[in-house]
Amino acid sequence: MRVTFTVNGRPTEADDVWEGESLLYVLRERVGLPGSKNACEQGECGSCTVYLDGAPVCACLVAAGQVQDRAVGTVEGLADGDTLDPVQQAFVDAGAVQCGFCTPGLLVQTHDLLNRAHHPSDAEIREALSGNLCRCTGYEKIMDAVRLAAARKADARGTAPAGSEG
Amino acid sequence: MAGPTMPKNLLDVCAPGRDGIGASPLRPDGILKVRGDFAYASDLWHEDMLWGTTLRSPHARARIRSVDVSAALALPGVYAVLTHEDIPGSKFYGLEIADQPVLAIDEVRFHGEPVAIVAADHPETARRAVDRIVVDYDVLPAIGPAQALDPERYGYVHAPADYKAHASGNVVHSQHIRHGDGDSAQVRARAEVIVRGEYEVGMQDQAFLGPESGLAVPAEDGGIDLYIATQWLHVDRQQMCPVLGLPPEKVRLTLAGVGGAFGGREDISMQVHACLLAQYTGKPVKIVYNREESFFGHVHRHPATMVFEHGATRDGRLVFVRAEIVLDGGAYASSSPAVVGNAASLGIGPYVVPNALIDATAVYTNNPPCGAMRGFGAVQMCFGYESQMDRLAAELGLDPVELRRLNAMEQGSVLPTGQVVDAPAPVAELLRRVEAMPLPAAEHRHTGDGVDVRELPGGVSNSTHGEGVVRGIGYGVGIKNVGFSEGFDDYSTARVRLEVVGGAPVALVHTAMAEVGQGGVTVHAQIVRTELGVDLVTIAPADTRVGSAGSTSASRQTYMTGGAVKSAAEAVRGAVFERGRLRRGWPPDLVAGLRLVGGKVVDRADAVVADLVDLLGDEPVDETVEFRHRPTQAFDRTTGQGFGHVQYTFCAHRAVVDVDVELGLVKVVELAAAQDVGKAMNPLAVLGQIHGGTTQGLGLAVMEEIVVTEGRVGNPSFTDYLIPTILDTPPMPVDVLELADPHAPYGLRGAGEAPTLSATPAIVAAIRAATGLALNRVPIRPEHLTGT
Repeated sequence: MRVTFTVNGRPTEADDVWEGESLLYVLRERVGLPGSKNACEQGECGSCTVYLDGAPVCACLVAAGQVQDRAVGTVEGLADGDTLDPVQQAFVDAGAVQCGFCTPGLLVQTHDLLNRAHHPSDAEIREALSGNLCRCTGYEKIMDAVRLAAARKADARGTAPAGSEG
Repeated sequence: MAGPTMPKNLLDVCAPGRDGIGASPLRPDGILKVRGDFAYASDLWHEDMLWGTTLRSPHARARIRSVDVSAALALPGVYAVLTHEDIPGSKFYGLEIADQPVLAIDEVRFHGEPVAIVAADHPETARRAVDRIVVDYDVLPAIGPAQALDPERYGYVHAPADYKAHASGNVVHSQHIRHGDGDSAQVRARAEVIVRGEYEVGMQDQAFLGPESGLAVPAEDGGIDLYIATQWLHVDRQQMCPVLGLPPEKVRLTLAGVGGAFGGREDISMQVHACLLAQYTGKPVKIVYNREESFFGHVHRHPATMVFEHGATRDGRLVFVRAEIVLDGGAYASSSPAVVGNAASLGIGPYVVPNALIDATAVYTNNPPCGAMRGFGAVQMCFGYESQMDRLAAELGLDPVELRRLNAMEQGSVLPTGQVVDAPAPVAELLRRVEAMPLPAAEHRHTGDGVDVRELPGGVSNSTHGEGVVRGIGYGVGIKNVGFSEGFDDYSTARVRLEVVGGAPVALVHTAMAEVGQGGVTVHAQIVRTELGVDLVTIAPADTRVGSAGSTSASRQTYMTGGAVKSAAEAVRGAVFERGRLRRGWPPDLVAGLRLVGGKVVDRADAVVADLVDLLGDEPVDETVEFRHRPTQAFDRTTGQGFGHVQYTFCAHRAVVDVDVELGLVKVVELAAAQDVGKAMNPLAVLGQIHGGTTQGLGLAVMEEIVVTEGRVGNPSFTDYLIPTILDTPPMPVDVLELADPHAPYGLRGAGEAPTLSATPAIVAAIRAATGLALNRVPIRPEHLTGT
């Protein structure tokens, strides 16, 4: 079958899609966007997290046919050209990236969290990222990265952390 | 790769920043990784490539009566179905002992053993073809560790005639230690208190996030180019060449992006399979394991049963230790011999004991093969000896930390192997530091209102509001060797090239070190900046065009390949000064005081002697150096005596836990660590290692086990094999000590493994403190706490 959707704002067509293929397979193998990672293929690890119509989902659990006429956003769409999204920059700066395999999913999930909650508490961060497994970092530097990204985004908006909008 | 676009990380990558050693510049691969542009082995693509898949045994032990591949071959889109009969060369491989069939021959010895491989034009076609292969098995009873030591009764995992280098019966390897008077009657009589304990460690998985993958591309010269996620390119190749029937120069490996390793990529997995399919079909073949196959596709941490006796005087001085250790090696040898060597030689922990008798054995069974995992034999022992130290402290009425300090080894101490510790060994100091760290607030307990359930055992399951929750605190400390031991010729190769690019001096670093996430590439750039005084450093892809770097294991790469990069940079610097001497007539006394700083050659008084750009001109300086650590010795097999390890590394943990004693749920509240790293080459990366290792120790303590029943794996998925999430992992304050090891480059000490040892016993001790239970097995499950 043919699936027509948008990825990172660009109209996209995938041809010869077998009905059992996941969105993750189509993104990685047919659309040429391998940034979303396949680490478990059953929605346990979060490495393939992408936006589907603005909501984070595990791309491995979405059948390719389900994205017909819908909008998909991947890690490749977070940066604005050469300028990294504050979440991406914070992960690099804070040492939250080691092997990096979990990173794309964590970035999308964090990006979503900071859109919803501008000043998340540690407990909120942990809850929001609890579906994203990381085996290298022990999560300490990921916590640092999320706090750093939140602070930088607040600075950019000119808002003080005290006035929680989340 | 001859594909249309070469992934950016398979080209030279620029290392950002200006910092040398001791600072924390950004990773050269960091930007690529956060953009999704970093190509892991599973991301590679080649025109006309096929997908490879493996048929694996559903049985732990069976004879193969027949294999019928005809229905699989008949499926449209299938290009090849291969069994052992199609292998052009040797049918066996192995890290230390070549006892593992590339594809099963007449018999399968573990659940998940590869039997046949398929190449097809779509991964689903390949999977369907695998389902059509008909194998007629004659199922036999599996030999477990309890049966393995009585082969006359229960049988042999490998027929006696098949034994190659290994010992006898079902024993892969054994190592005995006789120190002082062992546990003789006189020694026992001197001990005023003796405590005995039996301990068990379950089978832990490395559970790296990026499953095994690679792309094999047939070359025009009849050779193969393999792009692969591995820990050791050259030893992969060494095992592959005899199977493929190709000389080393025709088997070229390039490191693709690696999604973590932790020991699980030390053995080869799909490397040979992909190459065999590529050779047979003449087409590029990619193999990517899914998570289930990954659980079957690599070795695990050895399950262990350990019996300890510790004897001490009434005032708490250890008199003797007796330890009997059996490690379940599974169906094939892998690195079991070296794991046994570690378990025996590190078996009493970081303590001074005048008498010890240790017997460590790994056995062949029909369980999944076990081999390298972070901590490598020292993890299991640390759970055993630290549990014993707590038991002894309780028996003596001493504080557990005080008992450890009383017996802590230090520089100058003699180990049970007879080796004198000739570098700092701050065991007591690490304990003191971790004990002195502030404790987390004792909030949320025994109160009914206003609690955030996310902070409590059970979390958002909302199973408690604090009632039934008891806090406990526990300590652990461990000792781990760094680098390859027991006389192994451990070396690493580095090439450093200094040249002028765009009017500036640029250094290129080329090694075969597997960057698996640890950040070695960042440290290489730092070393070169420090040694050569240049800002711009480029990291070449790791491949087999340069000499071996050894494995990214044994906490050794910063020491070994870092040492090689340092040596190569020194050679480059020497060649630069020599050029000045020859061409510019610099006198020897001037040359002796020269340094490279900020792109200039400067003298003792910091006066600029030459601009590096002028001196280099268009003639690069290019040096390749092999670096070795000082030699070690094999342990005597029956006494264990010998200078077996080159360096030791230590970490201490304090765990604070909340236990819901009614439901058996554990919340680790905080894990504090103190570790000596000799020299923090990159402090941010050091913290990353300590945090990550600590978390894997947490997993072993309360979550992680591959459940094997009569040889069958019951939980090969992330649904059923649980690793710590961000909710399971507590804050982890770290105190880093830097006492230089005079024998190591920059005084550094391998950092990656030590934190994996002591986190586990510290958590178990804390749970014991909260519950009063003995808890002799990890991982601890809720039923162990509730007795249900």
